[in-house]
Amino acid sequence: MSIAAKFEINYLQYLDPAGQLVGKEKDLPAFAKDLDHMVKLYKLMVSTRVFDTKSIALQRTGKLGTYASCLGHEAAHVGIGSAMKDEDVFAPSYREYGAQLYRGVQPREVYTYWGGDERGSDYQNEPARHDFAWSVPIATQCLHAAGSALAFKIRGEKRVAVCTVGDGGSSKGDFYGAINIAGAQKLPLVAVIVNNQWAISVPRSIQTGAETLAQKALAAGLPTIQVDGNDIIAVRKAMEDALDRARTGEGASVIEAVTYRLGDHTTADDARRYREKEEVEDARAKEPLKRLRTWLESKKAWDQKKEDAWLTECDEWMDNEVNAYLETKTQPVTAIFDYTFAELPEDLARQRAEVVALDSKEH
Amino acid sequence: MAQITLIEAVTQALAYEMAHDDSVVVLGEDVGVNGGVFRATQGLQEKFGPLRVLDTPLDEATIAGTTVGLAAQGMKAIAEAQFEGFIYPMMEQINCHAARMRNRTRGRLSVPAVFRAPWGGGIRAPEHHSEANEHLFTNVPGLRVVLPSSPARAYGLLLAAIRDPDPVVFLEPKRIYRQYKEEVPDDGEALPLDVCYVLRDGTDVTLVTWGAQVKECLEAADELAEDGISAEVIDVATLTPLDFDTIAESVAKTGRCVIVHEAPKTAGFGAEIAARLAEECLFDLLAPVHRVTGYDTHIPLFRLEMKYLPSVERIVEAANKTLAVS
Repeated sequence: MSIAAKFEINYLQYLDPAGQLVGKEKDLPAFAKDLDHMVKLYKLMVSTRVFDTKSIALQRTGKLGTYASCLGHEAAHVGIGSAMKDEDVFAPSYREYGAQLYRGVQPREVYTYWGGDERGSDYQNEPARHDFAWSVPIATQCLHAAGSALAFKIRGEKRVAVCTVGDGGSSKGDFYGAINIAGAQKLPLVAVIVNNQWAISVPRSIQTGAETLAQKALAAGLPTIQVDGNDIIAVRKAMEDALDRARTGEGASVIEAVTYRLGDHTTADDARRYREKEEVEDARAKEPLKRLRTWLESKKAWDQKKEDAWLTECDEWMDNEVNAYLETKTQPVTAIFDYTFAELPEDLARQRAEVVALDSKEH
Repeated sequence: MAQITLIEAVTQALAYEMAHDDSVVVLGEDVGVNGGVFRATQGLQEKFGPLRVLDTPLDEATIAGTTVGLAAQGMKAIAEAQFEGFIYPMMEQINCHAARMRNRTRGRLSVPAVFRAPWGGGIRAPEHHSEANEHLFTNVPGLRVVLPSSPARAYGLLLAAIRDPDPVVFLEPKRIYRQYKEEVPDDGEALPLDVCYVLRDGTDVTLVTWGAQVKECLEAADELAEDGISAEVIDVATLTPLDFDTIAESVAKTGRCVIVHEAPKTAGFGAEIAARLAEECLFDLLAPVHRVTGYDTHIPLFRLEMKYLPSVERIVEAANKTLAVS
């Protein structure tokens, strides 16, 4: 027997959980040598966490509906968002706030969405304004990214479509479909599997028999890498490489960012039902903020005073966002109808009129 | 002017719009070099290149999801399901995303796409190649469901579907793809969506139908005429949003209605029309509304399929039943 093809999966990590460099300083990617930029990334990771904490508090006090927390995913998400260019397109699932805040989504919009109002998905700021909104049916957004990438290729635009999917989502056909057509047509796509170890209550170990999720890209003929998803330098570097390849016509890539879902799946979930406390504590020791802070402090780029000042600023920012959200009036009842079609069909206009009449009677 | 068939009218409309709008793309299985298994995309790849007429991997969900992405980012995407019986894997993308994107984002993003599929039975095809499932789409908000029934309407309605800012499921009655030819000027003139077409005026009974059954209904009207009965024939054409007014006006005139479709009877789209007639036109009716449909069974393999599909005989019989009530 001879070998038909041979593959291996590389693993990338710069900062270990203790905040120590794994390799040599000189081998750091250019962006990581710019400490001002690294501080900016750290600050967004912190503000993402403050935002997330605030969201859960809002839900617990009845001011939000179900909310999907991003606790523990900050490096993965900010790493993805910060590597993208404005003209690129992002197709998230439903908890990638770190990437979305970087691209201009406002916390008040996230609150509005989880607060039961579609206007939360009408992102006002570019570049998020041309991004996709949250996609709840798992992995379906991967194909929207593939379609966007095809549009860019047809129009000859140097833009890249980026999608994220979870470890559970990587089991779905739409994920494979997206990377498969991207491989077949050399589309400018970057598909990131944010492997947080848990698909609600189903652990990574019984999600698939594959040794890594990154290797799923091999079946689609794509370059792939597994990175420490709690190390923002590794995520960002893998993203930059993949985006460069896509932008220069070399086609799509897959990145598996290995992280851990420190919180419940959503506020409607109770993870204590299915996972051990020890596992979560062990994962908490490897979380992404602490290691970056340790490293930045070792570089004299950050300290407790700056941390306190930034936390205060974040609190003020989020309070302002929460207030704006809480002051948002519910949409008029006509909003149920008015975005179904570009122009309201006559038949639907009659139903709308019925509801308007009923509503005015109630008031 | 050339006489063309319904399938040639589909090709003509695709070619016209692709030539006049760079953002129009066609994608599906075998749509490229092969021109589609029914030849709907014949010659298009030669004219417009392999990216704008894209042979996709063999995965319907990929076709539909990629179409959503293309359309949301500025292209007018036309997806082909090879047969309507293979459309099920597309439904998640059509229902959850194409039909909802505008509503979800309050109009920030939209999906101006067409999902085409050869529809219905009667061509002696294998299992899963003869389905009529328009009812699976007619209660999905945000979608238009369109079924042309002549070469001219196939051309005009497909142009309208492509130009429509919202997603359209465009089901093509393959039994009449090559049934007859008519003159269809390639003038880029779209026909209006959201209206029913009155194909034959009558005063005694209204036959309401769509797709391939238009043929049987017109033949039934001829037979009825021999007995001195004047049947009006309405091609619904756009099932949703429904132009119920045209049907109501006709029934106000005739007082009798027979609804004909080849999909199964229970919860078929005929049930919706019958319910609307009961709700809104009861006092115009002189007789109960009748439905002539496929049965609540799977469409049989081809030796029996013509026994399943509504026949001229069944339609005439149903019309006579409504006329027996005075």
